[in-house]
Amino acid sequence: MVTEAQVWEALAEVPDPEIPVISVVDLGVVRDVRVDGQRVHVEFTPTFLGCPALEVMRSQMAERIAELGAELEVEVVLDDSWSTDKITAEGREKLREAGFAPPTPRGEGTTLVQLQANGFRCPYCGSRDTALENIFGPTPCRSLRYCRDCKQPFEQFKTI
Amino acid sequence: MVSPVLRRVSERAQLLLEIADDELILGWRDSEWTGIAPFLEEDVAFSSIAQNEIGHARALYELAARDLGTTADELAFDRSPEEYRCSALVELRLPEWERTIARHVLYEQADAERLERLKTSGDEELAGLAAKIDREEIYHRLHAEMWAERLKDEPRYQAALEELRPLVERRNGGSTELTELWEEMTSVRRSQPAGTTW
Repeated sequence: MVTEAQVWEALAEVPDPEIPVISVVDLGVVRDVRVDGQRVHVEFTPTFLGCPALEVMRSQMAERIAELGAELEVEVVLDDSWSTDKITAEGREKLREAGFAPPTPRGEGTTLVQLQANGFRCPYCGSRDTALENIFGPTPCRSLRYCRDCKQPFEQFKTI
Repeated sequence: MVSPVLRRVSERAQLLLEIADDELILGWRDSEWTGIAPFLEEDVAFSSIAQNEIGHARALYELAARDLGTTADELAFDRSPEEYRCSALVELRLPEWERTIARHVLYEQADAERLERLKTSGDEELAGLAAKIDREEIYHRLHAEMWAERLKDEPRYQAALEELRPLVERRNGGSTELTELWEEMTSVRRSQPAGTTW
């Protein structure tokens, strides 16, 4: 018999395929887990709606759950319950260590003036003297910034 | 073809299709800048915006598909060009930068107003999805705002705004431009026998 704790543990090992240092649990996209005999029901909410990583996460979750001898049922929730504030503190630290600046809290706002200001910290040297290079980046969830101190371009997670 | 189903769609499904078609077709048009934008940063920006818009379209088609007993893919690709409900603004192929930016600015304004209305809708599912979409659209609006500021004194940009503004509210379906895009967009899918799984 599979327990909910085992399911959470298994899901904590499912990486984001684009940023493998962080798991679906770190991302906060698993909203709820329910176990009903051999069936595991997971409520899953997308980060960015056009993110191609979502399908990969889904099939990897199914594989992990199959290893526990159960079958995964995913319910995709398309409501407004996920924001980047749902990324766990541990997840943020993992991002920073991997060279990605974690998203700033939503309360700090997302206006052009704020994005062009100096509030964003370089994940390499910690300086706040960084400039916005492009609102968009290699994936929908990231912007490109440049650190004027250590001269390092870096990827900044968008706050949504 | 899902056409017979669409003849008796609910008001809710019609609204969902209208927005989804806008986002899908605009996503296609924006993606036409991939690889050929005037500079690399804009290549990245328009490709990313296109990806977001098509993601929004998928989520909206999924809600509509549930109401209509069909699938998101069938709604996106198996209708005839006359059945699309998108704005005439997004149908145009615009290989000129100033017209692309004018469309971007006009679309983001109209879309922001629409999302604001939907976010307060009594239909909780629709309101929730609109709020989620709006979180991403903030960045499209910032990008449009940045370009509007940069081009504001450029006569070609002002002329493009005047030219395209009347199209925002026009929804005819089946224009020559949309039909040409549809041919391209659905050609792979139409080349396979019905029932093919991908």
